[in-house]
Amino acid sequence: MIALGGAVAVLFTVATLAFLALQLLPGDSAEAAVGGPGSQASAEALAAARAQYGLDRPLVVQYFDFLGRLLRGDLGTSYAQKIPVTDVLAHALPPTLALAATALLGAWVLAFLSLLIASGRSRVARATASALDLVAAAMPNFWLASLLVLLFAGTLGWLPAVSTGGPSGLVLPALALAIPTAGFIAQVCRSGIDDARSAPFIDSARARGETPLGLRFRHVLRHGIVPGLTLTGWALGSLLGGAAVIEVVFARPGLGRTLVSAVLARDVPVVLGGVLISALAYVVVTLVTDLLVARLDPRTEGRIEAMARV
Amino acid sequence: MSEFRRARPSVAEIAAAAVAAVLLLAVAIPGLLAPHDPLAIAPDQAFRPPGGTHPFGTDESGRDILSRVIFGARDSLLIGLAATAAGLGLGLLLGGLAGGSAKRGLAPLRFAADRIIEALFSFPGMLLALLIIAIRGPGVSSVVIAVALGTAPGYARMVRGGIRSAIGSAPVEAARLQGDRPARVWSTLILPEAMRPVVVLAALGIGHAVILSAALGFLGLGSPPPAPEWGAMLNAGRPYLVRAWWLTVFPGACIMLAGLAATVLARALDRRGRFR
Amino acid sequence: MSDLGTEVLAAITDLTVRFPSQERAAVDRVSLEVRSGEVVALVGESGSGKSLTGRALLDLLPTRARASWSDRRIAGAEGSAVTAPGRGAAAWTRVRGAAAAFVPQDALGALDPLRRIEFETGDALRLHRGSGRAERRAPVVAALVAAGIPDAEERLPQRSDELSGGLRQRVLLAAATIGDPRIVVADEPTTALDAAYRDRVLSALRARADAGAGVLLITHDLGSVRSVANRVLVMRDGRVLETGAPEDVLAAPRHAFTRELIEASPERAPRGTRLLDRSAEETLSEIRTDSEPPSAPVRHPADLRIAAAPAPAPGTASILDLAEVSVAFGPRTVLHRASLAVRDGETVGLVGPSGSGKTTLLRVALGLLRPDHGDARVGGVSWAAAAVRERRALHQRLALVPQDPLASFPRGGSGLAILRDALRAAGVGRGLRHSRALALADEVGLAASALARPAAELSGGQRQRLAIARALARAPRILLLDEPVSALDLTVQARVLDLLDDVQEERGTAMLFVSHDRAVIDHMSDRVLHVKPDGSIGEAPTEPPR
Repeated sequence: MIALGGAVAVLFTVATLAFLALQLLPGDSAEAAVGGPGSQASAEALAAARAQYGLDRPLVVQYFDFLGRLLRGDLGTSYAQKIPVTDVLAHALPPTLALAATALLGAWVLAFLSLLIASGRSRVARATASALDLVAAAMPNFWLASLLVLLFAGTLGWLPAVSTGGPSGLVLPALALAIPTAGFIAQVCRSGIDDARSAPFIDSARARGETPLGLRFRHVLRHGIVPGLTLTGWALGSLLGGAAVIEVVFARPGLGRTLVSAVLARDVPVVLGGVLISALAYVVVTLVTDLLVARLDPRTEGRIEAMARV
Repeated sequence: MSEFRRARPSVAEIAAAAVAAVLLLAVAIPGLLAPHDPLAIAPDQAFRPPGGTHPFGTDESGRDILSRVIFGARDSLLIGLAATAAGLGLGLLLGGLAGGSAKRGLAPLRFAADRIIEALFSFPGMLLALLIIAIRGPGVSSVVIAVALGTAPGYARMVRGGIRSAIGSAPVEAARLQGDRPARVWSTLILPEAMRPVVVLAALGIGHAVILSAALGFLGLGSPPPAPEWGAMLNAGRPYLVRAWWLTVFPGACIMLAGLAATVLARALDRRGRFR
Repeated sequence: MSDLGTEVLAAITDLTVRFPSQERAAVDRVSLEVRSGEVVALVGESGSGKSLTGRALLDLLPTRARASWSDRRIAGAEGSAVTAPGRGAAAWTRVRGAAAAFVPQDALGALDPLRRIEFETGDALRLHRGSGRAERRAPVVAALVAAGIPDAEERLPQRSDELSGGLRQRVLLAAATIGDPRIVVADEPTTALDAAYRDRVLSALRARADAGAGVLLITHDLGSVRSVANRVLVMRDGRVLETGAPEDVLAAPRHAFTRELIEASPERAPRGTRLLDRSAEETLSEIRTDSEPPSAPVRHPADLRIAAAPAPAPGTASILDLAEVSVAFGPRTVLHRASLAVRDGETVGLVGPSGSGKTTLLRVALGLLRPDHGDARVGGVSWAAAAVRERRALHQRLALVPQDPLASFPRGGSGLAILRDALRAAGVGRGLRHSRALALADEVGLAASALARPAAELSGGQRQRLAIARALARAPRILLLDEPVSALDLTVQARVLDLLDDVQEERGTAMLFVSHDRAVIDHMSDRVLHVKPDGSIGEAPTEPPR
C-alpha cells in the first residue's frame, strides 16, 4: 500500500516535471506548433494556435488542465504530424516492446550463464567471467550493433543487417541491447554472490552435509539474483532508451526511431509522451519487482540501483 | 585470522591507469600524439586500410583515423567530464537537501527533494536526454545538460543515503555526546563520510557519461559534423561499415576503453576505501 | 580420562594448521579424541586455535588454511570408527549432518537470511534421508521445541532477520542435531544466550552425550566446562597447555595461563577485589609470544586488595536521576515509569536480556532521546529544560563507554588524534592537549607506541582502554558503560574491569554499568537493578551462583 502510494507520488512529480519542461521551451510552444521557431507564421495563426492549445490562459490553469488531460490519457497533439500523440505512440510502441522484452530476456539468460560460472569453484573461470562482464558493460550498444552487423550480416551473411520484421530480424538488435545490460546485471549480481560465497551460512550448510551443487543453487545463486531483480525496472528503462539508437542502426520501426525523428523535428509533445510512457513503465515494473523482491528477501537494498544508474 | 588485503595494484588496475593517462594526455596535448591533422582532407587518400603512415586507416575524405581519434578524445572526454561534474553538482544539491533537512521545519524541503530525485530516476537516462535536446536543440551544451540530468538522481540517492546513515552513526553520536557543535559535526564527520562512496560512483559515472554522450553524438545530436567526436565518427562511418570497418571499430574501441578504465579505477578506489 | 573400552567416535592426531600470511602455526600439533558418552571441552581465548581444531575434525576449515595431520577418524553412520574421508572429499557430504554435526557460533548470518528456518532446520533430513517437505515438518518442529523454541510451529516461515540472537542460536542447534548425530562439535554455542537458555542448551548437549554420543564443546566459558564437561583441554597460541578432568584442572591448574583464566572469571570475586595480579599485566594475554608464558605466583588472599572506593552513604547527592521515564516506539512500550538514581561515586549495575530497554535508558540519560513522559536530570539539571548552551555543559558531566568502541571512533584516526579531539571538546587549550593525551593513555594503561597507531589496528582490550580514556578526557562525574566488556576475552575483560575499579578509586567517578552478564555486574556494582518486563526498573533479584 505504501509502495503504491509512493508510485503515485512519483508519477505525479514526473508529470509536474514534464509540465515544467514544456515551459522551458525557447520562445513559444505556439510557434513550434505552427511550424517551429523561425517559421514565418502569421500573427493570426499564432493566436489561433495559442487558443487551440490553451496557451493564453494562466499558468496554474494550464498546469491543472495538463494534469487532467494526462489522467484522461491525452498526451496532446504532435506538432509535426498533427495527429494525437497517443496515436503516434500506439503505432510505435509494439515493435519496441517486443525488442525490449526479447533483449531483457536475453540479458537475463546471458547474466545467468555468467553467474553460474561465478558461483562455481574454478578460480580461472570466475576471473574470466568477471572480466567478460566488465567488458560487456562498458560496450556502447550502438558500436556493438555495428560489430554484430559486420560479423553476422557482412562476413558470415547469416542474418539480415536491416531489421524490418520477423524473428530473424530481431536477433541482432536484441543481442546488441542485451549484451551490455547482461554485463551490468551480472556485475550487480556478482557482488551478492561473492558476499554469499564467504558468508557464515555457507559453512552452516556445509556442516549439514549440503553438496557443492546444493550450495550453489540453494544458497549462493539466490543471493546473487535478488540484487539483479531489483534492477529490472532500470534495465527496462535503459533498454527502451537504448532502443532509440539501435532502431536507427537497424532501420527498425519503433518508439526509438519515432522519438529520434521527433527530436530532430523539435516535435516536443511526441518526445514528452514517449518519455512519460517509459517513466510509467519504469514505475510499474519497479513496483512489481519491489513487491517480488520483498517476498524473496525481507531486507531492502537501496544502493544497488544507484550504482547502476550513473 | 583476517588477512589484510595488500594495497598492491593488480595488472588490470595498472593497465586502466595507463589507458587513463594516455587519454588524458590526448585531451591535454593531442598535437603531440597525433601523426596528422585530424581535419586535413586528402581525397586521393580516401579509405586507406590500417597500416603504413595511417595505422588506423583513413576515412571517406582521406582524413587520418588515428589522428581523429586522438583529437576526438578532447571532445568526447570533456563532454563526459563536464556532464559528470554537472550531474554530481546537481546530485549533491538534491541529495544534500533530501538527506540533510532532518529538522522538523525543513520537512517540506526534504519531501520535495525526495520526490524530485525519485521522479528523475524514473526517466530512462537516454530518453530524458532526447527530451532535453528536443527542447533545447542539438549541440554540445544540450548533451552535457541532458547527461547531467540523467545521472544526477543516482548521485543524489547515494548522497542522501550516505548522509542519513552518517547522521545516525556511532562516531557522530560520540561527537554530539562530547558537545561538538552541529557545524563541526557536519564538516568533520557527516560530509566526509557521505562523500566517500560518491567519489567512487563519480569515477564510475565518467565512463557512463562518455558512453551516453557518444550515443547522442552517434545520433547526430552532439558536436556538428567535421569535429572528430567519437560518437559522431561512428555515425559518419556507418554507411561504409562493410567497405571500411576501421571507420567504426577504432572510435568505438576508444569509447569502450574509456568506459573500462573508469570502471576498473573506480573499483580500485572502492576497494581501497572500504579497507578501514 | 574416560573409562577404558568406550568407543572413540572422533579423533585427530598431530593437527597443524597454518595460514599463508602468518608465520606461526594457528594450530600446532594438537591431538584429541572424543569418546562415546563424554563431553570434551576445548577452552581458550580468541586466536587460541580452538575453533580451527574443532572445524578440522569435520573438514570445515577455511579454504585458505593449510592443514596436516597424521590420523583423522570419525564415526561413520554405521557406528564403527572409520578413517575419515580425505581432505575435501565428496564423501564428507554424507558424514556431515548425519553421523557428525557442527553447531556454529551465532555470527549474524550463520543462517541463510533468504531461507525460512523450516528449510534451514530440515536440510539434514532432506539431504540424508531424502524426506519430503511434509514428511520433515513434524521432526523439524520437534527439534526446534527440543532446542528451546516452544512456539516453533508459528516460527517455521520466519527468516533469520526476524529472530533474536538467542533464537538464531537455538535454531542452529536444532538444525545441527536433527539428524541425530553421534558426534557433535559445538563452537561457542552459548555466547549469544542469557543464563536460562545457556543452561538449557548445555543440558541438551549433556543429554546427547548421556545417550551415547560424543560432544566436543568449544568455549571460553569456564562455567560451562564446570557444569557439563567430562574432560577439558586448555588451548593457547595453537597448543594444548594442559588436559584433564574439569575438577582437577580448574581446582589445581598446572599452567600459569589456566590459573589466570580461572582468576579472571568475575564469578565469586566480590565487589572491590582485583581480578588479576597487577604484576602479571601485559605479560600474558595482550602481548602474545611464542615462548612459554612465565609462571605467575599463585594468587594469595593477601594480593587481593580493595580496589574500589567504598560505596557512598545513602544521603549523598545523586548525579544522574531518571524520574518516571516512559518511552514507546510506535505500539511497543520499551520503558514505563522507569526511575533510577546514581549517586556520586557509586556504581549501579543494570542487567537484563537484549531488547529489554537498557540501551534506550542510556540514550535517555545521555540526552540523545527525549522520553515521552518523565524527566532525565544530570546533577539536578533537566535535559528537557536545558538550553543549547546548558546542554553542552551537561554533556561535559557524563560520558559513554560503548560496547563497540571501534565503530564509535572516526574512520582512520589514531589513538592520539582521538584523545586530542576529546580534549579539544572538553575545552583543553591546544598547547596542553598532547601532554594531557599522553597522561590519559598512561592512566588507562595504553602504551605510547599503541597510541600512535590507527585505532583499527589495536586489540580489543586496547580499543576499550582508548574508549575509556576518551570518556575520561572531559573529567565526567559519571561514566555510562554499555556492555563495555562483552566482546572481550576473559583475561582482557578482567583487566578492563580492574582498570574501571582503579579509575573509580582515583577519581571517584560514578558509574552506570549495563551488561547482560550477571557475574560481571555483581562483581562491579554496589547495587544491581534490572528492567522489568513491564518497562519499569526495580532491584534485581539475586541469582544463585552456578
